[in-house]
Amino acid sequence: MEFFERFAVPNPNPAIYASMVAIVVVSLAIIIGLTYFKKWGYLWREWLTTVDHKKIGMMYLISALLMLFRGGVDALMLRAQLSMPDNKLLDPQHYNEVFSTHGIVMIIFMAMPFIFAFMNLIVPLQIGARDVAFPRLNAISFWLFAAGAMLFNISFVIGGSPDAGWTSYFPLAGTEFSESVGTNYYMIAIQISGIGSLMTGINMITTILKMRAPGMTLMKMPMFTWASFMACVIIIFAFPVLTIALLMGTTDRLFATNFFTTTNGGMDMLWANFFWVWGHPEVYILILPAFGIYSEVISTFSGRNLYGYKSMVGSMVIISLLSFLVWTHHFFTMGQGALTNSIFSISTMAIAVPTGVKIFNWLLTMWKGKIRFTVPMLYSVGFIPLFTIGGVTGVMLAMSAADYQYHNTMFLVAHFHNTIIPGVVFAMLAGLTYYWPKMFGFMLNERIGKWGFWFLSIGFVLAFFPMYITGLNGQARRMYTYSEATGFGPLNFVAFIGAGLMAIAFCLIVYNIFYSIKHSPRNVGDDPWNARSLEWATHNPVPEYNFARTPHVASSEAFWDAKKHGHELFKGEIEEIHMPNYSGVPFIMGVIFFICGFSFVFSLWIPAIVSLIGIFACMVLRSFEKDDGRLISVEEIKATESKFESAEEIKTAVSTYGGANS
Amino acid sequence: MKLKGTLLLLLSMLVVFLSGCEPLLVLDPKGPQAERQASDIMISIGIMAFIVIVVMVLLVYMLVKYRASRLPDDYEPPHIEGNPILEGILIGVPIIIVAILSFITVKSNYIVESTPEGYEDQEPLVIYASSSNWKWHFSYPEQDIETVNYLYIPTDRPIEFKLYSFGPITSFWIPQLGGQKYAMADMVTTLHLAADTPGEYMGRNANFSGKGFAENTFTVTAMTQTKFDEWVDEVHETAEPLTEDTFEQLLEPGHLGRMTFTGTHLGFSPAPEHEHSDDEMDSGEEHKMHAEKEREMHTEHAAHE
Repeated sequence: MEFFERFAVPNPNPAIYASMVAIVVVSLAIIIGLTYFKKWGYLWREWLTTVDHKKIGMMYLISALLMLFRGGVDALMLRAQLSMPDNKLLDPQHYNEVFSTHGIVMIIFMAMPFIFAFMNLIVPLQIGARDVAFPRLNAISFWLFAAGAMLFNISFVIGGSPDAGWTSYFPLAGTEFSESVGTNYYMIAIQISGIGSLMTGINMITTILKMRAPGMTLMKMPMFTWASFMACVIIIFAFPVLTIALLMGTTDRLFATNFFTTTNGGMDMLWANFFWVWGHPEVYILILPAFGIYSEVISTFSGRNLYGYKSMVGSMVIISLLSFLVWTHHFFTMGQGALTNSIFSISTMAIAVPTGVKIFNWLLTMWKGKIRFTVPMLYSVGFIPLFTIGGVTGVMLAMSAADYQYHNTMFLVAHFHNTIIPGVVFAMLAGLTYYWPKMFGFMLNERIGKWGFWFLSIGFVLAFFPMYITGLNGQARRMYTYSEATGFGPLNFVAFIGAGLMAIAFCLIVYNIFYSIKHSPRNVGDDPWNARSLEWATHNPVPEYNFARTPHVASSEAFWDAKKHGHELFKGEIEEIHMPNYSGVPFIMGVIFFICGFSFVFSLWIPAIVSLIGIFACMVLRSFEKDDGRLISVEEIKATESKFESAEEIKTAVSTYGGANS
Repeated sequence: MKLKGTLLLLLSMLVVFLSGCEPLLVLDPKGPQAERQASDIMISIGIMAFIVIVVMVLLVYMLVKYRASRLPDDYEPPHIEGNPILEGILIGVPIIIVAILSFITVKSNYIVESTPEGYEDQEPLVIYASSSNWKWHFSYPEQDIETVNYLYIPTDRPIEFKLYSFGPITSFWIPQLGGQKYAMADMVTTLHLAADTPGEYMGRNANFSGKGFAENTFTVTAMTQTKFDEWVDEVHETAEPLTEDTFEQLLEPGHLGRMTFTGTHLGFSPAPEHEHSDDEMDSGEEHKMHAEKEREMHTEHAAHE
């Protein structure tokens, strides 16, 4: 029995027991369901072994929505606990675990897969490629992410969740002050998914540099591709730092090394520095693709080309450079002295300049346009003022002397939610709605979508703006409770109501998906939004080979050129298409990584070593494997294409969403 | 319309926030450092509010003027590339704003990192503030007193806090006297504060440090120098001396109420050797001030290397 005691949750409470039961029930339901409907084969053939960038993108998307749910429930618990002074809903330990997991889940397991979903779905289509450069590596990236996410999510039912905050500062995260295996989970789960992210970065950069359609020079790439490219460049430079920091943290915890301890020559600030050398660029990894999506959406629904294409690209390049030069602003209060603080203060404020350029360029894209208020456009329009507020409060935080007063308070919490929610989450929801027909061939319901938008925006304002005020009134972040005398009560209650509205918004968005699956008309055609860039030049949903013939491109708005200016996108005859083979190895590697990570978390050395050998075995096997891919015959392509064409003819009315305007 | 709603809400919040029934702690400074920070905050709020309003006005203008429902059906938006002059202005204005804010910030950085303005001619009162899970220990080497979880300070005298921690990183923060600074286990940081007016102020650890973090607070009482001296005398008459054993017990994780001792723990449990000091120019003076004990430690440290 002693062996199994380590798996017990150190701080159990009814909610955790209920979750255990729920997890078992849901898993059983899935297994029984799959068996009953005889879907195991389908699941394996079509999804678990897939290397198709679109299917991988969809799996990222589903994961992101699931994790949004998980992180959202955490957030609701936090806001509920703080809604009243001296509330006893959560005890301090539980509260600490919840806010730690909320942060990690939202950043690493929600926002990251969300942007990877769109990178995977859209980038190859925007550059006219058949798939990413390394399709199998892409599948490995996804399964590593999935393994990391699963590993992280079982922490709260097996062994205990991390409780040292998403930043996991040492020595608090060291074994001395954090005895449970929670922080082991943190170190190892993020490590595994981080390796996946790094490989996605390499993959996307190669794809974008090497696989663009003829005629598409770098300065003729659609803006989302540019944004993804820059984000991946940041990934390549930032993630290795995280990898090493996590490795050092892991050895500190498991093998008693002293990198971040306060004795024996360790340096606790070293962790803080490493963490933010990765952590600050990380927020730009999230926001740049979001900017890319806004660029596409605003340009499409303003009926205009993107204003200032060159300065848009330039500003992203500058943002990526600066993102590596500002990390110290996360700890101005560490006592580096006035000179260091001044330098980092100025470099941080400097980021406002290229970001401002982007905001004004979006505004100028609407200028003289013809603005249609669809759901994606609403999110983009809501983004501009809200994100501007988040941005300017960022400038306020960048003023280091004043930051001594904002640091570690709810003001800071309000600021970063104010950038990440309207910045990243709105973009992802805009992208979800905008690209939904691209993925599935039907639209999401606009009415429900608009309700979702309003609930989310109003909820957001109510939830986070009060925090600016309580922060200035001295409410520190991560406090599990406060007394009535502090006067934080009423505003925190407002924030709780806001969080409730945001939860309703999430339900509406999910309901919209189910509703639209059932009720939305199929056959929306290939161009439901009257869009402009190349990804819309193929069918909805996209056939597995993306484009029957390779497109030839003359500008960043190739599809618009083809529609309006008679640009000839597709030349020549349909030829055989070379596609990669599906493979089960990535999935198997993901499973082995999961086992390996789990063994490391609990210091089970034998399975850890065996699974490490397994991982290397997979890699060795791959290097001896001969896989030349497969060819799709001309007949098959023609058959697929004619199916789409006849569907296009049957389509009776143009969709109300924009086709009418063209 | 949502934008107007947001704008209204913002304005009303700003009103609450500026006039407010009770002033917010950070914006109700009681010392020169907090005052400087509050004025920086107010200046930046002003400039930032201007930017937000410009963006919102532009956005509303675009949305109202160019919405599809107001335009004729055959209106075809033009193709417009960027305009170097316009974009130059859009880059130039933010650069000017950032430059102004940078100027203010750099100046403030040097102000908050040195002896408070107007107090330069006085010798600062040095207080060692150290945290342990989840308490604050305040050692007054000059007065030979140590308190737990409360702080008595004289007004109109610069105070130099020497911060360090017996556990996780914590952050020493008295919002009304000035911004916070980290207390860490392997080095000492310095925070310069001063109180202009007598009164009771909230102080706390602002940096998450585990289970007892929320209650990791202390109270600061600022009083005139005479009253402070009286308090010192009273402590010496009434309080027990702090022994090494007692101190070990105090360090155990948990919460304690207010406690008072004569003597400090610095003798048997000295502050970390390494100075994560602010400025080169200051450190010379500091070393002079903290006399032999520290100098000894530094030489010892050097000998080890």
